[in-house]
Amino acid sequence: MIGRFPLAKLAGALLVSAAMIGGAAAQTAVKIGVLGDRSGAYSDISGEGSVVAARLALEDFKPADKGLKVELISADHQNKPDVGAALARQWFDRDGVDMITDVVTSSVALAVNQVAKEKNKVFVDTGAGTADLTGPQCTPNTIHWVYDTVALANGTGGAMVKRGGNTWYFITADYAFGQALQRDTTNVINKSGGKVIGAVKTPFPNSDFSSSLLQAQSSGAKVIGLANAGTDTINAVKQAGEFGITEGGQALAGLLIFVSDVHSLGTKVAQGLVLTEPFYWDLNDATRAFSDRFSKQMNGKKPTANHAGVYSAVLHYLKAVAEKKSATDGAAIVAQMKAMPTDDPLFGKGTVRIDGRKMHDMYLFEVKKPAESTGPWDLYKKLETIPANEVFRALNEGGCPLVKG
Amino acid sequence: MADSATLDAAPIAAARPESRDDRALHRKVFIGIAVLLVLAPLVLYPVYLMKVLCFGLFALAFNLLLGYGGLLSFGHAAYFGMASYISAYGAKTLGFTPEVAILAGTVTAAILGLIFGALAIRRQGIYFSMITLALAQMAFFFSLQAKFTGGEDGIQAVPRGDLFGVISLADDRVMYALVAVVFFGGLLLIYRIIHSPFGQVLKAIRDNENRAVSLGYRVNQYKLAVFVLSATLAGLAGATKAIVFQLASLTDVHWSMSGEVVLMTLVGGMGTVFGPIVGALVIVTMETYLAQFGAWVTIIQGCVFVLCVLLFREGIVGLVARLIRKPL
Amino acid sequence: MTTIFGVPTQALFGQLLLGLINGSFYAILSLGLAIIFGLLNIINFAHGALYMMGAFVAWMLLTYVGLGYWWALGLAPLVVGVFGVVLERVLIARLYKLDHLYGLLLTFGIALIIQGLFRNQYGVSGLPYAIPAELSGGQRLPFMFLPNYRGWVVVASLTVCLATWLVIEKTKLGAYLRAATENPTLVQAFGVNVPLFLTLTYGFGVALAGFAGVLAAPIYSVNPNMGADIIIVVFAVVVIGGMGSIIGSVITGFALGLVEGLTKVFYPEASATVIFVIMVLVLLVKPAGLFGRTA
Repeated sequence: MIGRFPLAKLAGALLVSAAMIGGAAAQTAVKIGVLGDRSGAYSDISGEGSVVAARLALEDFKPADKGLKVELISADHQNKPDVGAALARQWFDRDGVDMITDVVTSSVALAVNQVAKEKNKVFVDTGAGTADLTGPQCTPNTIHWVYDTVALANGTGGAMVKRGGNTWYFITADYAFGQALQRDTTNVINKSGGKVIGAVKTPFPNSDFSSSLLQAQSSGAKVIGLANAGTDTINAVKQAGEFGITEGGQALAGLLIFVSDVHSLGTKVAQGLVLTEPFYWDLNDATRAFSDRFSKQMNGKKPTANHAGVYSAVLHYLKAVAEKKSATDGAAIVAQMKAMPTDDPLFGKGTVRIDGRKMHDMYLFEVKKPAESTGPWDLYKKLETIPANEVFRALNEGGCPLVKG
Repeated sequence: MADSATLDAAPIAAARPESRDDRALHRKVFIGIAVLLVLAPLVLYPVYLMKVLCFGLFALAFNLLLGYGGLLSFGHAAYFGMASYISAYGAKTLGFTPEVAILAGTVTAAILGLIFGALAIRRQGIYFSMITLALAQMAFFFSLQAKFTGGEDGIQAVPRGDLFGVISLADDRVMYALVAVVFFGGLLLIYRIIHSPFGQVLKAIRDNENRAVSLGYRVNQYKLAVFVLSATLAGLAGATKAIVFQLASLTDVHWSMSGEVVLMTLVGGMGTVFGPIVGALVIVTMETYLAQFGAWVTIIQGCVFVLCVLLFREGIVGLVARLIRKPL
Repeated sequence: MTTIFGVPTQALFGQLLLGLINGSFYAILSLGLAIIFGLLNIINFAHGALYMMGAFVAWMLLTYVGLGYWWALGLAPLVVGVFGVVLERVLIARLYKLDHLYGLLLTFGIALIIQGLFRNQYGVSGLPYAIPAELSGGQRLPFMFLPNYRGWVVVASLTVCLATWLVIEKTKLGAYLRAATENPTLVQAFGVNVPLFLTLTYGFGVALAGFAGVLAAPIYSVNPNMGADIIIVVFAVVVIGGMGSIIGSVITGFALGLVEGLTKVFYPEASATVIFVIMVLVLLVKPAGLFGRTA
């Protein structure tokens, strides 16, 4: 096996020189790494779908016409920060990757964030929730594309209070992201005149929420906030139905829940659940067209917000590279991405802020009743559009060192 | 009952008193390893090599306990992981130089090993394993709850710092040199332990505890000593890994890490001196190069487990040792 | 209102009842593990994966064949049991008389393969499975709202555990089984086909896991990882009860469900860890577990 590596290296060198000869004919080589969860709890949000989304972005961008030669690779970070950091390092050092995208799971995203800065490459995160990426840990090399915990808290928390849900009880995953969700949402609730009357922490992962639901039920709070994710949220919603929580007049608010989770629950169980997302496949003609192409390659599955984010991020990144005619200087590319306004069929027009926050509107959705739903993926009805500047944290509140004064 | 059913042949082969011949062979293997350590970074990616070496040392430490002490611990992630936390915390928050940080991590693992070991060695067989597992779960819970560990985000952006305050470890090649030295030192130490009178008594206890007792050995003191040694060296591996990868996280204390080290040792050949290194090499390589296959990784790993247990119970090095009829 | 340590007694009753319900799952799963360990000497790490399979088979029966919950309750354990028989014949049977470690590693590998295959096919978000119409709704007890389905889970679990115990303790078949556990060579000498016995036992043990899977499908997310999360806890239950002790595993299963329920009231974060604390304490005081015989 060891004997094979020098050969591979040689082949690699030949390829590189070939690319350089090609480069003389004005071809800029770009390599994009899709680093996602391909086997674990978030593989339906990320996984193969992210690779498909990136491929669709390449189809639409037509790199060859713009003097680019783009290559895609992908890997599984298993939701472990050390695995993610090691892969990122290896991609940047050895495999010549210029840009990493996807990276669901906050802990992994924070680790990759460090590596991208150290190596001066580009990191566009579409899957992680932590707002620290554009806060204390922001770097000139990172853009946070789709959503963050503060935006979800503003969206769901703010809207629920406005609709009369002014007393809250939290069921929180005993993990950093769960606590961040609870903290951010609590701020929003207090600000809009609501009140948090209790919270219970559950181990993560956890399958039985009956005990926490019982406590939430007897607290009499109008809203039960689910500050957890993935299978935990699915279990909590499923069991809330069993205990008649919504029939008893209490509302469930999912603080970090994706369309794939709701699809898994089905409208019968999830009906009435209120949540915030920046993307839904059935928003308009452009999102429907994209989603059709996506589901043809994905066994009929519809794209999640993260998948849409990968598509949109790759598109904007390639525009910036085409503009700069080189992908080597990561910070320069990111600066270019911030200088240009964003425009794509899925998120519409937007901007990238100095702290790395991509700005677009988000939507407050409610899960349809079974009678209203026409198919297994007909899940949401839109309650409200929340403008970008209301839903995302104000520029000066994040504590990002890139923001001056 | 079943506790008396024996593990496979490799450890017994290795336990035979060694001839001068074997020693010469082992010397050659050591020289070979040293040469490989020097040459490998010229061809292979140093970060990958450092990962192999850290896990190699971890598996060596684990094998000291299993292969030579006959004690199967399901909780070695506790020592590996806690050491990596302390080392990362020392280097990042307390401003330790890397060697002090690694030392602090290692000492933590030793103390933890002493406490856990003292409890666990009172029981035998599967009950011993279960106590180690349970204690490690508590260490995991502590890591999750304690403030300084940073929850599931772990301790990130740990500076590699300057060795002895002088040599910067930022360059991967310099870091590699340190890791190689730590690894080789650990390997030599373990080899010495195995072939010392202490090691001989251990093997005697492993093969027949009652006889060792009747010969007047204080069996529990020996068991505790090897437990602490194993935990300490596992800690050394974990503390070093934290500096190399500049982060410490829950992965390192999770029970699946305890399972991984069992797998490495088994694949390489338990009870062989060099087997765990090969096992770590195989597993880390699989994880690194299969990462692109996504969901198939667990299936492939599962198949490797099944095949290993059915066909190569003595492990790769155990198999080689049987073929050349010499202990390795 | 009466309170205990600041918690209203009524809430406490509710939590204890919920604990008992969770204990029902532990009891069925650990019963299967204990039977397999007692007779085959195999620590069946694949138990969680087969539990997951039971839930998936229930879903498949509903989706592809149109057979509902009650059919699944009978058929899914059968399917899982037959699958277990094949596993035992093809793979596990090669490992008897070796150290526990090998059986554990082999079944761990099998678990990885099964989970990986299901994950590739169905993703991780899980599949919907509704509570059967006969059992939806619930009872308003003085201290809590008890969903009918949860009540059914306790009844079903108790019935199955009791029936299994009766078969093992009171029938001839059970007598053979107990004898084979004690001394397989002797039983073989009396003309009992021990290998067949082992195969069927494994099949029955994992069928119990499949049964638990069907019970779980309507209330837990039916996803490929559902067994991986629970298996370590069930191990702990078996060890605390005493490895191989049938009655011990059942009683401990229910009891630990109660303890876990109490922990959820006073220190919910620790509810996943408390079982391990108990395990250490029990093993230090009673080396062979609560109901095990010291070797």
